[in-house]
Amino acid sequence: MTADAASAPVEKQGAAGPVTDGPAAPRGPRARTTTAYLRYVAGKLAGAAVSLLAVLVTSFFLFRLIPGDPVKFMTGGRQVSAEQLAHYREQFGLDLPLWQQFTDYCGKALTGDLGTSYQFNAPVIDKIMEALPNTLLLTGTAFVLYTLLGIFLGTRSAWRHGRLGDRLNTGLALTLYSVPSFWLGLLLIVTLSVGVGPLPGLFPTGGMESGGEEGFAYVLDVAHHLILPVVTLVAVEYGQTLLVTRSALLDEMGSDYLTTARAKGLRDDLVRRRHAVPNALLPTVTLIFINLGRTVAGVILVETVFSWPGLGGLFYQALSVPDLPLVQGLFFVFAAAVIVMNTLADLIYPLLDPRVGR
Amino acid sequence: MTTTENGTTKQQAEQVPVAVRPRALAWRRRRASVARFWRQYRTHRAGLFGLGALLLFALLALTAPLLVGSDVDNVTDAPGGPLEEPSAEFPFGTDRFGRNLLGLVIWGARVSLLVGLLAAVLSVAIGTLIGVTAGHFKGWYATVMMRITDWFLVMPTLVLAIALATVMPRSLLTIIVAIGVTTWPTTARLVRAQTLAVETRPYIERARALGGGHWHIMSRHVLPNVMPLVLAQTTLIISAAILAEATLAFLGLSDPSVVSWGALLQDAREAGAVSSGHWWYLVPPGVAIAVVALAFTLCGRAVEQVLNPRLGVSR
Repeated sequence: MTADAASAPVEKQGAAGPVTDGPAAPRGPRARTTTAYLRYVAGKLAGAAVSLLAVLVTSFFLFRLIPGDPVKFMTGGRQVSAEQLAHYREQFGLDLPLWQQFTDYCGKALTGDLGTSYQFNAPVIDKIMEALPNTLLLTGTAFVLYTLLGIFLGTRSAWRHGRLGDRLNTGLALTLYSVPSFWLGLLLIVTLSVGVGPLPGLFPTGGMESGGEEGFAYVLDVAHHLILPVVTLVAVEYGQTLLVTRSALLDEMGSDYLTTARAKGLRDDLVRRRHAVPNALLPTVTLIFINLGRTVAGVILVETVFSWPGLGGLFYQALSVPDLPLVQGLFFVFAAAVIVMNTLADLIYPLLDPRVGR
Repeated sequence: MTTTENGTTKQQAEQVPVAVRPRALAWRRRRASVARFWRQYRTHRAGLFGLGALLLFALLALTAPLLVGSDVDNVTDAPGGPLEEPSAEFPFGTDRFGRNLLGLVIWGARVSLLVGLLAAVLSVAIGTLIGVTAGHFKGWYATVMMRITDWFLVMPTLVLAIALATVMPRSLLTIIVAIGVTTWPTTARLVRAQTLAVETRPYIERARALGGGHWHIMSRHVLPNVMPLVLAQTTLIISAAILAEATLAFLGLSDPSVVSWGALLQDAREAGAVSSGHWWYLVPPGVAIAVVALAFTLCGRAVEQVLNPRLGVSR
């Protein structure tokens, strides 16, 4: 309220007088809302930067809590001389005092250097960059499918709420939401890849490619490997989108503007598609972005079960050693994915819904 | 009220039994509100189904020592051969050591339910403590607490829990702490919002005017009003905690000597049940996890809808 009152004279001035703040600056009320939006964006970006820094600090100290000597893990119980141990300590900077390790770590992280993996003896950032496209392929495909499926079924469910179709839909969504993703993956492998009884194995049991294929055949091969992991992810994730879309649409359904739309003689289908759904999707947008970040982090189990060569599979490998620099780097990447997506949701939401953030 | 001096009080004394102490009155009200709650809860069919399933599993878990005997997880003295198919003697077949899988699934209910409950109680306790205090004390304390909450909220829960479970020694306590410490922020936000709403009511001002301290107001006035919300939240978090326990156990981050549903699935995977097509090894523990998680979710949703009639339509 006060902000509106304070900026009202500015608005009048902008509308009447010549534009002063640059040739391309928009006039009148839009200029006011644009600066307000930019201020909002700056606030959100600063918040995200603070969160990222906090994650960096956590990823450093959390993995220093581990009892025992990291060098012992590295050598894997082999007999090594004291000189070799000292050499390893020096190589990984473990002989320095903790605060110096921390400043080194932060400084290097800013330049994209996340340390060297004990297990692969390769830079962590290289291992991550190698696995990232595979994870993006898997999560991207699954994300698009479960979002569309969730919105489609959620809309249907709400529009016919209380009927049998709605009850089956919500029931199935809640049930699949309660199923552990790794278990569903294992079951799919047993029934569709290995084959049970008369069923032949239709799909590969894991991995991303059979090897030896080129060109279009390679694309088909990867798609063939992609089906089961994507089905698993879609099955466990679509429920939430469905439930949120459904309750958002139910909230809208009592609105007067829908009665008006019906009163002017629009068909039921048009009322739903043109009037109700666009408004109901607003709360879903936030969820969609948050889900995208969460899916990247939640893919660990599905990738492990299907031996998909992505970030999640790498995380599992790093955990079993444990390969601290790699675990640490992946932890940062997963958390950063969630933060970036949450920030994007915050930035886009006010553009879609003018009532928020202005 | 014990002395009756004029007619009106005498009449009142006849209507209301003489010894109505405040405590008795409070209990009577509580009983009435529990009865009202149950009458409404009864109308939610899914909630009743969830409650029934939970009672069944709780009974199984409690009577497990009588049903299957406490040496069901004994590896050296197993009753059957390894990886036997389901039969009359072993309805779910046997595991890789020849142990009775039905017995193991029943025995696993103890750990899965216990860890789920304790982790949820820990999570909700932290969330309620931070939520109520951040709502009651304003100023820098609330700001700091809400910053911490926001920070935990953006961390991917599962990744943080896995990281915690990796750096701490392998034990059930580790699993409980890892889940509890990572899932509290949503509760804290909900409870804080409710606390702020309650604190604007006139009776809080009255309590303050009569000299009620912070502790008195928080424990006697705010907490009872926040409790219903906390109850619904606990039920929902137990469901998430049971799934998280299964996940951590499956990743081999739990105590390897303890039988739980997630650990059974890890055993099955290590025994090669997937590639050799031993589907009966995989199905029972997973179904148990899904049914219990679903049951808690259904109960939580029903409780939420009873306590918050605004949600009415979306059931």
